[in-house]
Amino acid sequence: MNKVVSKQHFSENVVSLEIEAPRIAKARKAGHFVMVRTDEKGERIPLTISSADTAKGTITLVIQKVGVTSRKLTALEPGEFIHDMVGPLGQATHVENFGTVLACGGGVGVAPLLPIVEALKKAGNRVVSVIAARSKDLIILEDQIRAYSDEVVIMTDDGSYGQKGLVTEGMEQIIQREKIDQSVIIGPGIMMKFASMTTKKHNIPTIVSLNTIMVDGTGMCGACRVSVGGKTRFVCVDGPEFDAHEVDFDEMLMRLNGYKNEEKEADDAYNCQVDKK
Amino acid sequence: TDLTRVKMPEAPARERARSYVEVNSGLTPEQAINEASRCIDCANPTCISGCPVGINIPKFIKNIERGEFLDAARTLKETNALPAVCGRVCPQEKQCEASCFYQVKMNREPVAIGYLERFAADFEQSGGEISIPEVAAANGTKVAVVGSGPAGLAFAGDMAKFGYDVHILEALHEIGGVLKYGIPEFRLPNGVVDVEIESLRKMGVQFETNFIVGKTATIQELREEGFKGFFVGSGAGLPRFMNIPGENLVGILSSNEYLTRVNLMGASTQGMDTPVMRGKNVVVIGGGNTAMDSVRTALRLGADKATIIYRRSLEEMPARVEEVKHAQEEGVEFLTLNNPVEYIGDDKGRVKQIRVQKMELGEPDQSGRRSPVPVEGSEYIIDADTVVVSVGVSPNPLIPQSLPDLKVSRWGTLVVDEETFQTSIPDVFAGGDIVRGGATVILAMGDGRKAAASMHQYLQGQ
Ligand SMILES: Cc1cc2nc3c(=O)[nH]c(=O)nc-3n(C[C@H](O)[C@H](O)[C@H](O)COP(=O)(O)OP(=O)(O)OC[C@H]3O[C@@H](n4cnc5c(N)ncnc54)[C@H](O)[C@@H]3O)c2cc1C
Ligand SMILES: Cc1cc2nc3c(=O)[nH]c(=O)nc-3n(C[C@H](O)[C@H](O)[C@H](O)COP(=O)(O)OP(=O)(O)OC[C@H]3O[C@@H](n4cnc5c(N)ncnc54)[C@H](O)[C@@H]3O)c2cc1C
Ligand code: SF4
Ligand code: SF4
Ligand code: FES
Repeated sequence: MNKVVSKQHFSENVVSLEIEAPRIAKARKAGHFVMVRTDEKGERIPLTISSADTAKGTITLVIQKVGVTSRKLTALEPGEFIHDMVGPLGQATHVENFGTVLACGGGVGVAPLLPIVEALKKAGNRVVSVIAARSKDLIILEDQIRAYSDEVVIMTDDGSYGQKGLVTEGMEQIIQREKIDQSVIIGPGIMMKFASMTTKKHNIPTIVSLNTIMVDGTGMCGACRVSVGGKTRFVCVDGPEFDAHEVDFDEMLMRLNGYKNEEKEADDAYNCQVDKK
Repeated sequence: TDLTRVKMPEAPARERARSYVEVNSGLTPEQAINEASRCIDCANPTCISGCPVGINIPKFIKNIERGEFLDAARTLKETNALPAVCGRVCPQEKQCEASCFYQVKMNREPVAIGYLERFAADFEQSGGEISIPEVAAANGTKVAVVGSGPAGLAFAGDMAKFGYDVHILEALHEIGGVLKYGIPEFRLPNGVVDVEIESLRKMGVQFETNFIVGKTATIQELREEGFKGFFVGSGAGLPRFMNIPGENLVGILSSNEYLTRVNLMGASTQGMDTPVMRGKNVVVIGGGNTAMDSVRTALRLGADKATIIYRRSLEEMPARVEEVKHAQEEGVEFLTLNNPVEYIGDDKGRVKQIRVQKMELGEPDQSGRRSPVPVEGSEYIIDADTVVVSVGVSPNPLIPQSLPDLKVSRWGTLVVDEETFQTSIPDVFAGGDIVRGGATVILAMGDGRKAAASMHQYLQGQ
């Protein structure tokens, strides 16, 4: 059992939870994630460790409501407990001084991007960040990203904040303007697909952090498999970060939809329960 | 010796194939006593040499014959920490029963050692009077067990008996390894495993779930926290795929994923959040216990049709004979001497068909089994909406990844001394599937026990 110690609302659908987990806080590095099970009936879902406080023995997760589990989690209040949490999992981000790094985050993908931006900055890189979302209230962690970036460009689909346009347009502007040595892209699958095509066009080495469906998160089930460079890899143990230009995004997007019907049923059932209360 | 072997009472095939009721219902006391009387208490009981943990088989059976069922359970527990589990899942026909006098000398059906073992263990469990093995005075030495499968549990039981402060660290949120996440309820109810785990708890063994050694903390960090010895029983958890076209389509999953969703996450139970694909036409690839468990689970999840595709013939199937028989009774179809070569999807990327190739048996390979050879031009297509791939597992790489000095074989298994189960790192011992590749519950337990004995010696010598 892990205790929630504090909670912050970033937007209506995005919540940040600070959770007691001393061992994980100590062991984690940028790029790592945890598997979380809210209660005895819950499923196990992966969430990136957005930051950690080793002195307090806590980690912070930033969670977007999309289905049953993420909604149960975002409903937790300080003092309440998460039934199971295990980690840190996955391979840590490879951090070095590349020169200039273009860091792109879409939606809640900005949360897993934050520790990477921080690590890259501390390794001496010049970091230019592009954060994008559908509208202003979905832009999260702007100040934190600013703290570790030399420059931040904000893009919204509806133009309610920053520039109006897609993440790829913001990326193009920067790529046209200066030499980029490395790029990191994290966000929804479809955003990563198109953002990766942009960097590929310009021959910029790029890393993406994939968010496949997972069950155990320890390499035991294969639910998280993706094709990278024509080979099947497990995101939970081989990743979650991969060379963006080798990933078969279409296959990944297809697999993400694999449980749509079942998830919709669970979600409807959950809504029913909540409505009854 | 003219009595015939007892038949295990079973739930009717048609009913059980749609429910999670345990298939084998267990012997009645009369049946058990009768069966026990078949054992002639051989002067040289060859059966014992067939049991990897060396249970004193005639002794426990004679206890049953005399109606002293609790004594029988106690005898079992002298050498086997999980008799209720082994009585259910051991491939007895290849182990103890294969070496029984009846089988070896008279070519008659062996004494039903497994059924009797289960009977005695269940009797004890149902009476609520569980005997807890005696534990030596605490010696204050901390040892850590990586993984709570049968290897780790057996090791922990013996170390607790020696007086050690034993901590089992388990990656998942449940204790039991494959016994929990793999083997289904209809064959091994989780409640049975839990009772046996509870016994270990009473002996002082401590359990910590959600702890991945090598990730949550390294062996070195645990050393610094005072652990003096480590036993790695981390199992062979990585599913293998065949790397054929279309294998990543939606609706194709490993047996580990399929069984984990159902057994560990309770996907088939109302009110649980984890979903599972409920195919109507489910095809399972493989011929081991895992394949049988998957295909029978498919029926229980409501499949109209459940089929096994296996590349050799029925005789070569590695699954327990009883599981194959049960699967047949329940209506599973067997496409033996067939092998998938490609999966074909619909426009949403979900599997709809399998291209299958016929096989024939060629010369025996190193394992003595005749190896399958594809028949040229024999390919044909069958329909399937869900495919479960059950073609084996590889050793879990987490521990070797975090301990670079650990000696590992070409197949990723840990290299240990055959006698002592010590790895190339002196305070690290290992056993079970992480050493053997995929094996059996009882072999894993045997390893755990031997490793405990030699770690005890090693730590005494320190
Ligand atoms: C390594 C990794 C790190 C992650 N980090 C974070 C994080 O820091 N914060 C965060 O909010 N989310 C993160 N995710 C995604 C998160 O795990 C999913 O949003 C979550 O599993 C959804 O569970 P649910 O029960 O709420 O929704 P479900 O009912 O399971 O799904 C609802 C909808 O979301 C889609 N979906 C399901 N799983 C995923 C997924 N993995 N990614 C995208 N869409 C999905 C489904 O198709 C469905 O339409 C991460 C995923 C991975 C693999
Ligand atoms: C579906 C199925 C059916 C089977 N049926 C039979 C049968 O009928 N009869 C039979 O004899 N055998 C059967 N087997 C085989 C048998 O279950 C295995 O041989 C046996 O469980 C191996 O035991 P183990 O202790 O080595 O590992 P496991 O049971 O695999 O347990 C290993 C445990 O270690 C944990 N772990 C792994 N890495 C770490 C880490 N780094 N830190 C912490 N914990 C870790 C895992 O989560 C797991 O719980 C079956 C196997 C399967 C999959
Ligand atoms: S533990 Fe297995 S091999 Fe040993 S006697 Fe029991 S059933 Fe036979
Ligand atoms: S070999 Fe068979 S008959 Fe002889 S003691 Fe063992 S179980 Fe009994
Ligand atoms: S989540 Fe099960 S193998 Fe990756």
